[in-house]
Amino acid sequence: MSKIDVLKGHATNIRKNIVKMVTEAKSGHPGGSLSSVEIATAIYFTQMNIDENNLTSNQRDRFVLSKGHASPLLYAVLAEKGFLEETELATFRKLNSRLQGHPSMRKLPGVDMSTGSLGQGISTAVGMALSNKYHKLPYRVYTLLGDGECQEGEVWEAAMAAAHYKLDNLLAFVDNNGLQIDGKISDVMNPSPIDEKFKAFGWNVITLEDGNDLASVIEACEEAKTVKGKPTVVVAKTVKGKGVSFMENQAGWHGVAPSAQQCQDALKELEGNK
Amino acid sequence: MKVATREAYGKTLAALAKENKNIIVLDADLSGSTKTKEVKAVAPEQHYNMGIAEGNMMAVAAGLAASGNIVFASSFAMFATGRAFEQIRNSIGYPHLNVKVCASHAGLTVGEDGASHQSIEDISLMRGIPGMTVICPADAVETDKVIRAVAEIDGPCYVRLGRSAVETVYSEDMAFEVGKGNVLRQGKKVAIIACGIMVEAALQAYDELKEKGYEPTVVDMHTIKPIDKDLLVELAKSHDLFVTCEEHSVIGGLGSAVAETLSQYAPAKIKMVGVQDTFGESGTPAGLLEKYGLTSKDIVKAVIEE
Repeated sequence: MSKIDVLKGHATNIRKNIVKMVTEAKSGHPGGSLSSVEIATAIYFTQMNIDENNLTSNQRDRFVLSKGHASPLLYAVLAEKGFLEETELATFRKLNSRLQGHPSMRKLPGVDMSTGSLGQGISTAVGMALSNKYHKLPYRVYTLLGDGECQEGEVWEAAMAAAHYKLDNLLAFVDNNGLQIDGKISDVMNPSPIDEKFKAFGWNVITLEDGNDLASVIEACEEAKTVKGKPTVVVAKTVKGKGVSFMENQAGWHGVAPSAQQCQDALKELEGNK
Repeated sequence: MKVATREAYGKTLAALAKENKNIIVLDADLSGSTKTKEVKAVAPEQHYNMGIAEGNMMAVAAGLAASGNIVFASSFAMFATGRAFEQIRNSIGYPHLNVKVCASHAGLTVGEDGASHQSIEDISLMRGIPGMTVICPADAVETDKVIRAVAEIDGPCYVRLGRSAVETVYSEDMAFEVGKGNVLRQGKKVAIIACGIMVEAALQAYDELKEKGYEPTVVDMHTIKPIDKDLLVELAKSHDLFVTCEEHSVIGGLGSAVAETLSQYAPAKIKMVGVQDTFGESGTPAGLLEKYGLTSKDIVKAVIEE
């Protein structure tokens, strides 16, 4: 099996677990978790120097899920990496679980920052990147934002700071699926053009026409490493609900759990496309 | 000698930063006022100006702390705790990260800038966050001890500092422990519990009351959270009246913390000297303290009226 096929296998497993978790929890955010699967898979399986031995350390590459509601994605990725048992995914959003509705770094080792309140994650990622610069450490910091999240003013405060301090060790992804809870981002409060805004703030900008294509995402990560003196953002066009046809491009699947039957249908479809 | 607590903060923080390279200091374009510029002078690489963006500053502080640094983040109390409340709550408080929010220009004595800059809710806001230590030092000597103490605590702390120069009430050899109130005058029947600049006023009130035949106990309750429950319960055994004094709203601050404790464990009569649920205005610090009832005379009145 080629390397990319192995990665695609991981992505499919992650998708299946996202659907199962949200179904089991009867709540959660499937749409924006599914849209970012390739981004998170590329980061965790081809970029980050994270393993069981350095899981609880801050002396490694780190990932901040700024769009914290995509927690099913993060937990499914950590399970796929082998940092937690797949069976534990069934505890998601339940009492006494380490898998909180939005990620808590104090509950689950491997979660690099507690997030959930939009806009704050990218700022904390800036703090981590700043620390690596200050201590002259080679580690990189990855963060994943939603496109709706870019409506938060704090995103742009963080963008200003990252460029000001020349944080070329910071790589941000914007999951540009075009939808938020209330509908199309262009109808609710248009943040576009997101790429031009980051550019104006002094960032190196990479635009991906297909953010659900693993090879493109990996290529963008590699390209970002060569850019010095400024942070890089990858504005990745994605499909909300990607991989589950009845969820694709539907704002209604932002924060709704599938029924048992819908879950079965989704898993069958994902299995078939493997 | 009169020294502002923010002056002492800058001096001590600069000394600590020079000794410890893991101390990182953030400011939001007010380093000349909060006095973190003292750090910039001796350890410029440890001081980052985050511009006029307090929310981002607090979450950046969280990221720095999550990387193993001891982070001090400063602005005016209004913006540090008001504007950036939710960043402090969710990115610092919830993950219990090692950030010291040290805010200056708290209370009415900001003076001429007026109500928009006079934070009278900051203790209330910070006290409500689980795991947050909240301290309001009385003078420059105590501020030095406080800053050294919070640097040793592994977790979030809020330190409330003032703009105006205040009388130094402590000698250098004072004993300071987080969470342990200092009994400055041991008296009987009436206990005056003060924090911040009101400690000086409480001591003046003691002298004035002494002349009138009273002998109150005076406590510097520098740590508002965790409040010194043992001391309050002990005092309640021999004191009938508690008068709390703070340059803060009587809603949610020191008075509330004392009331929450006494009402549960040792009910006693409490009177609160503080800002009575109203905004301030422009004026001289002294003029404001007088108009809003925050002088030694107001403390004396609260005791005598009872």
